[in-house]
Amino acid sequence: MASVTLSEAEKVYIVHGVQEDLRVDGRGREDYRCVEVETDVVSNTSGSARVKLGHTDILVGVKAEMGTPKLEKPNEGYLEFFVDCSASATPEFEGRGGDDLGTEIANTLYRIFNNKSSVDLKTLCISPREHCWVLYVDVLLLECGGNLFDAISIAVKAALFNTRIPRVRVLEDEEGSKDIELSDDPYDCIRLSVENVPCIVTLCKIGYRHVVDATLQEEACSLASLLVSVTSKGVVTCMRKVGKGSLDPESIFEMMETGKRVGKVLHASLQSVVHKEESLGPKRQKVGFLG
Amino acid sequence: MAMEMRLPVARKPLSERLGRDTKKHLVVPGDTITTDTGFMRGHGTYMGEEKLIASVAGSVERVNKLICVKALKTRYIGEVGDIVVGRITEVQQKRWKVETNSRLDSVLLLSSMNLPGGELRRRSAEDELAMRGFLQEGDLISAEVQAVFSDGAVSLHTRSLKYGKLGQGVLVQVSPSLVKRQKTHFHDLPCGASVILGNNGFIWIYPTPEHKEEEAGGFIANLEVISRLRNCIISLVTQRMMLYDTSILYCYEASLPHQIKDILKPEIMEEIVMETRQRLLEQEG
Repeated sequence: MASVTLSEAEKVYIVHGVQEDLRVDGRGREDYRCVEVETDVVSNTSGSARVKLGHTDILVGVKAEMGTPKLEKPNEGYLEFFVDCSASATPEFEGRGGDDLGTEIANTLYRIFNNKSSVDLKTLCISPREHCWVLYVDVLLLECGGNLFDAISIAVKAALFNTRIPRVRVLEDEEGSKDIELSDDPYDCIRLSVENVPCIVTLCKIGYRHVVDATLQEEACSLASLLVSVTSKGVVTCMRKVGKGSLDPESIFEMMETGKRVGKVLHASLQSVVHKEESLGPKRQKVGFLG
Repeated sequence: MAMEMRLPVARKPLSERLGRDTKKHLVVPGDTITTDTGFMRGHGTYMGEEKLIASVAGSVERVNKLICVKALKTRYIGEVGDIVVGRITEVQQKRWKVETNSRLDSVLLLSSMNLPGGELRRRSAEDELAMRGFLQEGDLISAEVQAVFSDGAVSLHTRSLKYGKLGQGVLVQVSPSLVKRQKTHFHDLPCGASVILGNNGFIWIYPTPEHKEEEAGGFIANLEVISRLRNCIISLVTQRMMLYDTSILYCYEASLPHQIKDILKPEIMEEIVMETRQRLLEQEG
């Protein structure tokens, strides 16, 4: 992960601020930085989203392709995640430097989606045991400014909301050979329900308290963090501890409660923003990367 | 808890917002500045095919017969006498390597550093072994540029009581071109915090030393002041305003009606900096 070196005195200052509920940029312990979300930024994908959280910039593209269902789940489609930590985020990611972080994030995404309710995979099935939709979710890290997991999960949810999968019909011949027919209307598509897609809330332990949405400097002062994956109803799907420090079981419980609380607000805000964007219609002015 | 999500808004060009008529002559590398051969060429330009061409991206400045291009975003280029704030990256045999946002790491020789107790003596082998005790990797120092080597590397010194290791506070990194050159770069602002405006773009905000004597009460008030100052400096930099004590102070006063965390919101940032700009123009005119 990209890191900054801090002097001991700077770390003491940050820890003191967290204690007094006044962080270096004036936020409280449970406040997020301003988030900018935009969907449909990449035209040749089935769905895409770009999220800017302070200095962290994430781009997610979802491509729907046809494939064969997995043997143990013949009636369902599936999702494949790939995270690319580009060298433009930080020089540490040059060459193969970003691969470790990329696989770690991808594995976390697999884990949080590894349950029956996150995404209804049965809607991705075209014909059992033969054809299904595979959603390739590609995450691109453009800039690293702390709190990667949260930003990535917000972007993945927004991109899945924006995904439009073409409607197909399976036609059977007299001989029994199947043919797949694509609808003529390019706007005739199915959309995924992202109501139960979880978002990750990272809680970093700094001193004796924990903070939400840590910047790079705050992450350098924290020895242990808890990643909690929460759905919009406050249900925790997965929890993971990162960092070389230790966490007390009581503080884990407190952090989980904070994560649930913060997660619900996060989902509500994201829901309202993407719905507002959609209500602006196809004529809305796209800002993209040059705005 | 506060959570704000919004849709991105396209940025408007600065001159449009201010309604100014005079536009700076901005060039990018490769642009022709002039075909008139009577001019002397300065920094950021080169002669090619009978034309004066820009080699950096920036604004053209003309002084009589001299044309130069002042780059908008560069690394710090050291000049003797500049005050810099730097971070120690390496501890080497008789010197420290300091990161100052320039093309090469700056150098702080052991002989250029004040020994504790203010003794004046030749540095011995014990001093060399005790180097890490004075300054470690990651420490922040304030220093003055003593000399610039031929390759552009800068040699620093801390041979005065006002320079040396920095204690508790907040560092803000900005572009070096936004720090105005002034007589002094150490400012004690009336709001209770002090600020060091390094020429290399590293701004250090810390509680004024007298206040540290008071216990908890004074310290908490200082946390707010320092956070507010940090956000004000960031908003000035985002709007490309020059940083000096007056502009920072006016911006701080303009931001008082708002909450500290709101200062970084785009619309409030614009409002505060607009007010600062007006006040500065009034003060000049």
